[in-house]
Amino acid sequence: MHKLILGMAAAMFLTTGVANADAISDRKAAMKSNGGAIGTLVKMVKGEMDYDPAAALAAFTTIREDMEGFEDLFPEDSMTGDTTASPKIWEDMEGFKAAVAKVEADLDAAIAAAPQDKAAFMPVFQQVAGNCQACHETYRIKK
Amino acid sequence: MKRIAAALVILAIAVAAVFFWLTAPNPLPVDILAGMDEGDAMAGERIFNAGGCNSCHGGKDPAADTLPMLGGGLALKTPFGTFHAPNISPDPDTGIGKWSGADFANAMMRGVSPSGQHYYPAFPFTSYARMKPGDVADLWAYIKTLPAVARANVPHELSFPFSVRRGLGLWKLLYLSPDPVVAIDETDEKLVRGRYLVEGPGHCGECHTPRSLIGGLDKARWLGGGPAPEGDGKIPNITPDASGIGSWSAEDIAYSMESGFTPEFDSLGGSMADVQRNIARLTAEDRQAIAAYLKAAPPVASSR
Ligand code: HEC
Ligand code: HEC
Ligand code: HEC
Repeated sequence: MHKLILGMAAAMFLTTGVANADAISDRKAAMKSNGGAIGTLVKMVKGEMDYDPAAALAAFTTIREDMEGFEDLFPEDSMTGDTTASPKIWEDMEGFKAAVAKVEADLDAAIAAAPQDKAAFMPVFQQVAGNCQACHETYRIKK
Repeated sequence: MKRIAAALVILAIAVAAVFFWLTAPNPLPVDILAGMDEGDAMAGERIFNAGGCNSCHGGKDPAADTLPMLGGGLALKTPFGTFHAPNISPDPDTGIGKWSGADFANAMMRGVSPSGQHYYPAFPFTSYARMKPGDVADLWAYIKTLPAVARANVPHELSFPFSVRRGLGLWKLLYLSPDPVVAIDETDEKLVRGRYLVEGPGHCGECHTPRSLIGGLDKARWLGGGPAPEGDGKIPNITPDASGIGSWSAEDIAYSMESGFTPEFDSLGGSMADVQRNIARLTAEDRQAIAAYLKAAPPVASSR
């Protein structure tokens, strides 16, 4: 029953063309998961948690998985609605895809490096974390 | 009939005289201007970062190892028209290389140009007016050490009556005041420092406080957020209200200014990204002072 109602609601959304709510919620979920993973890494950066190589690797892996195919979650009809994605994404899809490719490459390098101590971890973390603000600065807008 | 006409003429002259008198530029007193050419450039770099001059007058976040190039250029789109940030590099012809320290201080703290014209508040002198004269002198010393950039200024694109600078004199009577906005415990050094950074050089209120129809800051809703003054989007409420950042601890605020990450590990984006990178170049004590002040500011509920 629930599924039916959800299905009907989704169908209404799609037919009225308000916004592609699925893509929006999928990409937000991916980003929320990124936030959680970065949160674990920041705890280690700040020394609130001892450096744990396995936990760091797991967090980098989570973000890598979240970013896989992220650029496909931005169909034309998902520009408006409950989203903080900036119209710039659609104006400059090439640039946006390049930003996704850049964070993926940095994550691949982080996973390959699998830093074993905090000294090795810090620069790897900075390299990955810089992507979050760089992409948000250009391709996101708070409404 | 003739009498009425004569009276009207006299009235018009009187109104014009009062307008002229009220809108006359008001430069700084001589004793403050005297020390303006004796600043310390090293100390000025920190003020430059706190003041975010590079965000408008420089290029986009140059790498930390290159000197800021203050050739200007950023276009600020506002409801009144488009402003183009001018060249403030030490180039003598297209920049401000021929200025004295006194010229610079009058621009920063009174919004008055060397030729006695009013500046538009798109240049946030309404906040810089709260700066310490010594800091302005240090900033001037620092700016003079930066590379000269030859780039002619682009005129602003404003519609009447906003295109008339003289009228800004009236605006300044309403909105230009060097007094602090928030009353705090004046013996608490950390809070006093935080207030100085936020209300003065940091000019946080210029973006985070909603504006009146004629572009003045609504101090009753200080830091309460609202529509972005330029471009699209919304500026968040950064008061300690539940609809603001009441759930952030002082440590969360200081860390966000250092790292760019919010407590939910979202990141500070949009125009705040540049501000954050500048504030990250200040000391940890400065960031803690900013955080303490934001926790102590009066809570404002976001208007929805
Ligand atoms: C290639 C661009 C890009 C990169 C890189 C990126 N993000 Fe995002 N992020 C976005 C976009 C676009 C949104 C807005 C999604 C929406 O609202 O539709 C967003 C939204 C978010 C949100 C808010 C989600 C919500 O619930 O609304 C968080 C948290 C977040 N990102 C965290 C991160 C973190 C942490 C990183 C770094 C590991 C990161 N992001 C890297 C593009 C990016
Ligand atoms: C929000 C953008 C912005 C920021 C930040 C900003 N300015 Fe400006 N500034 C402007 C604009 C716009 C003007 C032009 C005002 C006018 O023409 O009335 C201007 C004008 C000036 C002028 C006058 C230049 C001239 O040729 O007459 C000086 C000097 C100046 N700014 C210095 C600074 C310094 C120093 C800082 C940092 C402490 C700073 N500005 C930060 C936007 C900004
Ligand atoms: C040029 C305009 C501008 C100035 C100046 C500015 N901010 Fe911001 N600020 C923003 C914008 C825009 C955002 C929303 C960022 C985003 O979209 O991620 C923001 C976000 C924030 C946030 C996060 C709020 C939240 O709920 O996520 C804090 C905290 C903050 N600013 C503090 C400051 C402080 C402190 C200063 C002064 C040092 C300052 N801001 C100066 C534009 C500005």
